Amino acid sequence: PGRARSDTEALAHPPPPPPPSRAPKSAGPVKVGAVPNRRLGGVHSEPMATLPGRRARLSSPGTSRLSSEAREELRRRLQGLIEDNRVMIFSKSYCPHSTRVKELFSSLGVEYNILELDQIDDGANVQEVLSEITNQKTVPNIFVNKVHMGGCDRTFQAHQSGLLQKLLQKESTYDYDLIVIGGGSGGLACAQEAAILGKKVMVLDFVVPSPQGTSWGLGGTCVNVGCIPKKLMHQAALLGQALKDSRKFGWEYNQQVKHNWEIMTEAIQNHIGSLNWSYGLSLREKSVAYVNSYGEFVERHKIKATNRKGQETYYTAAKFVIATGARPRYLGIQGDKEYCITSDDLFSLPYCPGKTLVVGASYVALECAGFLAGVGLDVTVMVRSILLRGFDQEMAEKVGSYMEQHGVKFLRKFIPVMVQQLEKGSPGKLKVVAKSTEGPETIEGVYNTVLLAVGREPSTRKIGLEKIGVKISEKSGKILVNDIEQTNVPHVYAVGDVLEGKLELTPVAIQAGKLLARRLFGGHSEKCNYINVPTTVFTPLEYGCCGLSEEKAIEIHKKENLEVYHTLFWPLEWTVAGRDNNTCYAKIICNKVDNNRVIGFHILGPNAGEVTQGFAAAMKCGLTKQLLDGTIGIHPTCGEVFTTLEITKSSGLDITQKGC
Amino acid sequence: METPKVSRSGLGRLPFSLHSQGVASGVRGGAQGAAAGRPDYDLLVIGGGSGGLACAKEAAQLGKKVAVVDYVEPSPQGTRWGLGGTCVNVGCIPKKLMHHAALLGGMIQDAPYYGWEVPQQVPHDWRKMAEAVQNYVKSLNWGHRVQLQERKVSYFNMKASFVDEHVVRGVAKGGKETLLSAKHIVIATGGRPKYPTHIEGAVEHGITSDDIFWLKESPGKTLVVGASYVALECAGFLTGLGLDTTVMMRSIPLRGFDQQMSALVTDYMASHGTRFLKGCTPLRVKRLPDNQLQVTWKDTASGREDMDTFNTVLWAIGRVPETRNLNLEKAGVNTNPESQKILVDAQEATSVPHIYAIGDTAEGRPELTPTAILAGRLLAQRLCGQSSDLMDYDNVPTTVFTPLEYGCVGLSEEAAVARHGKEHVEVYHAYYKPLEFTVAERDASQCYIKMVCLQKPPKPVLGLHFLGPNAGEVTQGFALGIKCGASYAQVMRTVGIHPTCAEEVTKLRISKRSGLDPTVTGC
Repeated sequence: PGRARSDTEALAHPPPPPPPSRAPKSAGPVKVGAVPNRRLGGVHSEPMATLPGRRARLSSPGTSRLSSEAREELRRRLQGLIEDNRVMIFSKSYCPHSTRVKELFSSLGVEYNILELDQIDDGANVQEVLSEITNQKTVPNIFVNKVHMGGCDRTFQAHQSGLLQKLLQKESTYDYDLIVIGGGSGGLACAQEAAILGKKVMVLDFVVPSPQGTSWGLGGTCVNVGCIPKKLMHQAALLGQALKDSRKFGWEYNQQVKHNWEIMTEAIQNHIGSLNWSYGLSLREKSVAYVNSYGEFVERHKIKATNRKGQETYYTAAKFVIATGARPRYLGIQGDKEYCITSDDLFSLPYCPGKTLVVGASYVALECAGFLAGVGLDVTVMVRSILLRGFDQEMAEKVGSYMEQHGVKFLRKFIPVMVQQLEKGSPGKLKVVAKSTEGPETIEGVYNTVLLAVGREPSTRKIGLEKIGVKISEKSGKILVNDIEQTNVPHVYAVGDVLEGKLELTPVAIQAGKLLARRLFGGHSEKCNYINVPTTVFTPLEYGCCGLSEEKAIEIHKKENLEVYHTLFWPLEWTVAGRDNNTCYAKIICNKVDNNRVIGFHILGPNAGEVTQGFAAAMKCGLTKQLLDGTIGIHPTCGEVFTTLEITKSSGLDITQKGC
Repeated sequence: METPKVSRSGLGRLPFSLHSQGVASGVRGGAQGAAAGRPDYDLLVIGGGSGGLACAKEAAQLGKKVAVVDYVEPSPQGTRWGLGGTCVNVGCIPKKLMHHAALLGGMIQDAPYYGWEVPQQVPHDWRKMAEAVQNYVKSLNWGHRVQLQERKVSYFNMKASFVDEHVVRGVAKGGKETLLSAKHIVIATGGRPKYPTHIEGAVEHGITSDDIFWLKESPGKTLVVGASYVALECAGFLTGLGLDTTVMMRSIPLRGFDQQMSALVTDYMASHGTRFLKGCTPLRVKRLPDNQLQVTWKDTASGREDMDTFNTVLWAIGRVPETRNLNLEKAGVNTNPESQKILVDAQEATSVPHIYAIGDTAEGRPELTPTAILAGRLLAQRLCGQSSDLMDYDNVPTTVFTPLEYGCVGLSEEAAVARHGKEHVEVYHAYYKPLEFTVAERDASQCYIKMVCLQKPPKPVLGLHFLGPNAGEVTQGFALGIKCGASYAQVMRTVGIHPTCAEEVTKLRISKRSGLDPTVTGC
């Protein structure tokens, strides 16, 4: 539940004031108590949070008859408040005793958190569960450093005896301020930022080997089995194209140039090795404890770390960040885990994959198919339905047709049903049986390698989330968080690919992780903005985009309010090389009723990533069509095409290129 | 005398009034109309380069009767070319293509690291490249001709000079003269490379950028004299194509550009084989019996003379506007006596209100194709009453296509400091390593980015400087950001595209003032 709601709630509230530097604790109670801005004696309230699902629960009628499940849930939440706050006061806003207690803590300059039971819908239930925990039925009910203090009088007695001061001075009893589970882009960024802010931080990272036995070092998907090796193999393929072009530019060599997979892979793996090492070094430099063990929650604040040898160690922390990322999905058909590889295996494959079937139409599938074909392999892509789901479909089709023109075969509307080994070897021979999604037809093919790229599963189901009650989406397995990356368990946060409904992109995870650490430990309030995030698909012809796809724009803004400008273009470098004219394509989507604001940016062409980045910055600053027109191009580049877009799609005019 | 007065609403009096039907039906471009007090054309454009053609085509599209007069005076070495001006024939286009040829040479060297089994030594054939480049340029010449025809713009391949403020004399190759009259005249004659005529042998033996792209044979061992972007770009691709190349510069490289960036540009070139003779000026060029050129120069600091022999000497010491043969005084058009450029106002109008100048001939304008094109188009729109928008010459982005490309927009650090004071300027910078360099084991010492901001929040960005591969592509979008008034925080809040070079711009955390190491480590 709750995502849509939490978004509207976030809109309804102004951004919270920056909390004091050491303050941020759990973000839950003030929101729950519905007493925003009720500050006493210079005590700051907590940043407001909108927790998925919580509002619904709390607004249920305040009957005292709770189901045992709901009671358990409430108990866990109260326990969280008690554990996460140095001083926690359960109170009623009109109670004079409560007021006295608040004044006492204010005069001591001590931050505290309050839950006003008269201002929440389930206050009666809270009071009931509290009395079960403490045997105290009345308010105020006060906890200091997790110790039950009692009511008003007991607190004042403790103040007089010095016990209160002693309790307040007690250091946190946790091993760490923060434990990050997962040493990928988001986790490392968060851990390092927290360490820079002076916190005691641990990172747990453990790569469970793929079914083919592949594993790797510190750094997560991006560095080891994602962006980095992918872009380098893409570069290898581009160099193959450059070699062909270079003859037209006067470079002379006649022989057929062969590609050696092993040399490429070794060079790339060496680079990755150096990155793994530098990540380790960087953690050490920042005094982040790094443990190469599998992390699993066992208690609210305790985690079990299991190393390669099976040795178990336990660590505790005040806060946790889950950044365990995701792993490639398998199809669940006969032979898939035995014989197929995924992107987890491809980049370190010790032998050339040979004739390859790529299953899937995700960007991972198309990128892999693209560079495999680019280094000279026979590649077929098997597609169940559409290419690049979620991306602009006009662009996606153009990406596909360029690949098709450059030798990649596509089998559309087929899904594999069985993979059988015909021959062992490096590579061996596999028989794939596939069936049509539209009829009874089945086909067979023989390939050296079958690469599955049919999506990714978040690594969330075996890390003990159920033990501490962190909610995940049943369907996707992804973690539900609010707009400050907080799960339903207040001291547990999550960033990166494990998040439900967020983008699976390295820079997004890094930004989210950094900002989270700054909010938790640095007194900042800036949230990660998931809007207008640019990205690039490194297919043979690169596709860069930022903002909305045409479909999505129409869905949100209605077709009649939009103007789409587009053109085909011919990169100067392609002319002499005699490469495809009228293939590269640029498109922007403008909102006519909002000053022709550019809400979608799409480019298909060389260096699309480099081109898109700056335009994404411009979109952050409110780019309009008029500003585009008033900007001078850089000649001769591909990027300049956006400064001279004249033809609207609705005009139906010809966009093929003739002159300069 | 009519002045194009264009009101804000665009509904002001149209400068082109009713006329020109049935003019010159017999002799194309005859000046009978002028004699009868009716000009032959609504608009006459002198110069068929980027700016002139853009202006002519736009006006024709808007229904005006337009003529273009274009003539390429052969270079002292006899090189000539077709329609399209400097950019197409002897500028951006062939330059970028030869730069690309050089980059491909670098890629051939990278390829083995990526598993391609390329032979050790790959020679380069200048003739083949030059022919391909020249063929492409010729196809563009043709394309321009076709476009003019399609838009019914009259084209005269004639040398133009003013007879009076409404009449221009065209002289064709054979000497045949034609008088053309027009209500409005746009001068877009561009510029040509400067020769150091005071140096013995310079004109006889030296070539310029007017010739280099049209050479049939490899220039061989080359001395490039000058430190302009033309000099460095030419030296860069010549080196990249495997030629022994030396750059001789009197003082600083890339005057007018950020000097820290300029130094990095030349450092990179030096580390990739271009030889630099700094603080030197040539004295004479002599042709030896074996046809080689012997160049003698002086080290200005020590006064010592030195000499070496080259196959080619390329002068790239600046450009002069093509205004001297236009008889501007006959029309009353004023020029800056020093630069010989034409003085213009914000409307691009000269001292004679119905005569305009755009592009490289106009005083104080950036000598860049896209600015000339946009200025030409906007001028045509104003002349036709379509719009009142003036050309905005601020924050014009550009890129120098040296071996390591340098893209920039906005102020250099020096200019920012001069304008705002050192204490008010904050510079964020980073040395980064492009991912593709790693596996290819390339040196990235000069890959550097800096963003010049005002120090006062919200720290508006004054200038962006990017040195690295694909700098032009990277810079274009950010130029828009700066146009939109981007602040430092907005750029930092832009999510990067991973892995690209451009993303480094969104991660510039280290300020120069902090003194911290700006080397990007990790990911």
